[in-house]
Amino acid sequence: MKWGVLIFPGTNRERDAVDVLERLFGQKVRKVWHTERDLSGLDAVMLPGGFSYGDYLRCGAIARFSPVMDELIRFAASGKTVFAVCNGFQILTEAGLLPGTLLRNTNLRFINALQPLRIEYNDSRFTRRAEPGQVITVPIAHNEGNYFLPPDGLKRLEDRGGVLFRYCTPNGEVIGEGNPNGSVNNIAGVVNEAGNVLGMMPHPENACDPVIGRTDGRVLFESMIGQLVAA
Amino acid sequence: MMIVVEVMPKQGILDPQGQAVRHALHQLGYTGVNQVQVGKRIVLEMETGDADAALQEAREMAEKLLHNENVERYRVLPADGADE
Repeated sequence: MKWGVLIFPGTNRERDAVDVLERLFGQKVRKVWHTERDLSGLDAVMLPGGFSYGDYLRCGAIARFSPVMDELIRFAASGKTVFAVCNGFQILTEAGLLPGTLLRNTNLRFINALQPLRIEYNDSRFTRRAEPGQVITVPIAHNEGNYFLPPDGLKRLEDRGGVLFRYCTPNGEVIGEGNPNGSVNNIAGVVNEAGNVLGMMPHPENACDPVIGRTDGRVLFESMIGQLVAA
Repeated sequence: MMIVVEVMPKQGILDPQGQAVRHALHQLGYTGVNQVQVGKRIVLEMETGDADAALQEAREMAEKLLHNENVERYRVLPADGADE
């Protein structure tokens, strides 16, 4: 597959994204600066984490109007894969590609930790190589990861199965104790109605290289790429 | 002319900054403070001298960029000029 990795001023996780895609999964990668307007030839786009535009105004609010975003919205509408982590997720909610808003963590702290996530289902291009209910542990690193939707929007999201990942305890229990940031219904990652756009606060790309000692994030990439890749 | 866009968390939306400030005020002895909301005040210096046009344009800006309707409310008002 050929991937684009979007880079905005203030994005800082793009090297991790490119390294994982190229070196660990043998993908072709094109880095796409936010002023570009051409995503042709790409099969998938990843929006990495960081602090686009210094998180000024609201996280992702300014990046959402970068020139590349019009093309990204068309790219998403065409059904191709869009995979956004952390600040990328925040940008997609601001752009309206995904529902919800990421508020400040309820404990008012930047949280940098290993976090268990429950994969809700595997009928998805992002998790097809996982087991439903499988618990993976990957890093989180954010200050605004507190997912919020008003009750009516939340019901619509839940009813259509839009929640793909939930924060949980190491045993997979989706309870308050396993919720690091106050997200409603322990929501860690959501997909759009068409199922081709995923946004999540955790960083599966930082749990792929065996050298780091943690490979739970690989299942997402193997699902998206559609094949197992030897670690 | 100067226009102020005031952006506040919607009622009922968790406002952790407001909670933290309230906690600090209580520690300082201001225990009569029941609730604190922390918002943003965005001041626009605009070319036009037409207040209605400026306010209308500021509303458009608030809808598009300056506020997030999911969690925030806003109002636009002319700045009185004295403190801007």
